[in-house]
Amino acid sequence: MSAVEGSVAIGARAGAPVFALEDATVRYPGAPAASLERASFRVAAGECVALVGPNGAGKTTALRALLGLAPLVSGRAEVLGRSSAAWVRDALAREVGVVAQREEPVFPITVLEAVEMGRYAHVGPWRGLDARDRDAVARAMARADVTDLADRWVETLSGGEWQRVRVARALAQEPRALVLDEPTASLDLRHEMQLFELVVDLVRRDGLAVLFVSHHLNVAARFADRLIVVAGGRLVADAAPAQVLEAGRMSDVFGWPVAVQRLDDGSIQLYPERQPRSSILGEPSR
Amino acid sequence: MKRLPPRTFALLLAAAWIAAGLIGLAVGGSRLGPADVLAALGGEGSESARAIVWSLRLPRVALGFLVGGVLAVAGAALQALVRNPLADPYLLGLSGGSGLGAVIAIAVGLESAWALPAAAFVGALVAIAVVYRLALVAGSALDSRILLLAGVVVGAFAGALVSGILAVADATGVRSAMLWLMGGLGGVGWAGVAALAAYSAPALAVLAREARSLNLLALGEEPARYLGADVGRSKRRVYVAASLLTAAAVASSGIIGFVGLAVPHAIRILRGHDHRGLLPSAFVLGGAFLVLADAVARTVVAPIELPVGVITALVGVPLFAVLLRRSARRAVS
Repeated sequence: MSAVEGSVAIGARAGAPVFALEDATVRYPGAPAASLERASFRVAAGECVALVGPNGAGKTTALRALLGLAPLVSGRAEVLGRSSAAWVRDALAREVGVVAQREEPVFPITVLEAVEMGRYAHVGPWRGLDARDRDAVARAMARADVTDLADRWVETLSGGEWQRVRVARALAQEPRALVLDEPTASLDLRHEMQLFELVVDLVRRDGLAVLFVSHHLNVAARFADRLIVVAGGRLVADAAPAQVLEAGRMSDVFGWPVAVQRLDDGSIQLYPERQPRSSILGEPSR
Repeated sequence: MKRLPPRTFALLLAAAWIAAGLIGLAVGGSRLGPADVLAALGGEGSESARAIVWSLRLPRVALGFLVGGVLAVAGAALQALVRNPLADPYLLGLSGGSGLGAVIAIAVGLESAWALPAAAFVGALVAIAVVYRLALVAGSALDSRILLLAGVVVGAFAGALVSGILAVADATGVRSAMLWLMGGLGGVGWAGVAALAAYSAPALAVLAREARSLNLLALGEEPARYLGADVGRSKRRVYVAASLLTAAAVASSGIIGFVGLAVPHAIRILRGHDHRGLLPSAFVLGGAFLVLADAVARTVVAPIELPVGVITALVGVPLFAVLLRRSARRAVS
């Protein structure tokens, strides 16, 4: 897809991690507390990293900081070695494709039109798509398995199809990294697995860096090389899933007792335990 | 919903434009046949027919093409910007603000075809700033329904101020301002056409350049940003360009509503939502629509001439009702 080991983007530093937060603190104007406090992590090319944690923990804030959209009070957020805030949006869009949490088009467009929008950052204001652009669009659609949907209206797609179309659009940007914010939040089991198999394939075969947010811990543990756990705006853990998913820590983070079990393939799966109603009337112990 | 092939659609547009132009030249106080019109255009035929076509009707038709065109383009761009097919310069308060700016200019004695658009432009910019501010106070300027509500309120407020100014202004000024405010293409002449063309051209160029950004903005500001659009810059440009178009149109021919609502909607259905094609199509169809509406306004209760805004409202309001119903249904589902 993208020339990962080829040319280095303008302004990017050679050998720099794709994403880096260093001691980053984010506080939104008017917010009583920081949404993210002194967070540091890195994502390299060819890595698939998941951000997990309870609601409101600061996962999306971390993504927004990396993408230059959250106000950094202190610390640094960098993409390819260059400060996130310093990127011009179209230059960033040529390096990083994003599948955001919510998106509802108001005007009916076709799948092909939607994916072609991924070429925006590559095309000048007065020029149409040329052969190279159309080729990139066709490859992206084939990669995300949406070629057959080209003429469909996007509002007629199922949730899983729409997410694949949005991944195709991000791939049409020919990025070296993908960011996905809860990409499978409303998908059923098959569509969720399909999407993540595609994402992991993009990491393994095309060398993309992937950073995704998910509430589905077990799926994150199956697909990610590393899990970064965020709670209360702070990073709690950053390691391989087997080391991170430890019963005591995860019970603390989510405020609910969990048990872990190792599957035959070596992956760790996490089970929430039942708690009698009487014992949860008070705040769960943390 | 099936779209027309682009070439078929372009031919239809061209045909509508030419037909509207010929009808606009032919109808009126003294009715001319198509042959008379063509003869007069070519410098042949009777002297009276030539005079009517060249000095009365041609500037009027040219003005109609321009005013309808720029209002439709402004409407199409604003709809993408606020992500709501109900948006148009009239409902967002731009027309009202332009009218107020122009009336203030008239009240202080600035009545030239070149000064009025500038004053109206200032009025439109103030209006959109107030609309935006109001929407922010009410919650979020990203909620297009709140934005439209604020636009209607600001438009009504500007209308009240205009009434107040006219009440205390001197009698002759009032009469001309009232006639002009009702909206109409008559009595403007070539100077008005030239001023409108000169003020609109840069704004149309800016919007043409932003057409691809408008495609992205219609997805929402966050996706647009991720796809590479400089959202803040595009929004500022589109608001300013749409304000200038509205101001120039209002300064030349008063407040004419619903052109910016009805025309882009028709094109969205027939040709789709790619603003690179939508904006030029809206310009052509908006012009044809207003010239036809003007021809109807001149003839339907002849010899009395209706304000052309009556005709555009008769078409636009039922369409607004249909759109409103559709968006309400979408909101509950």
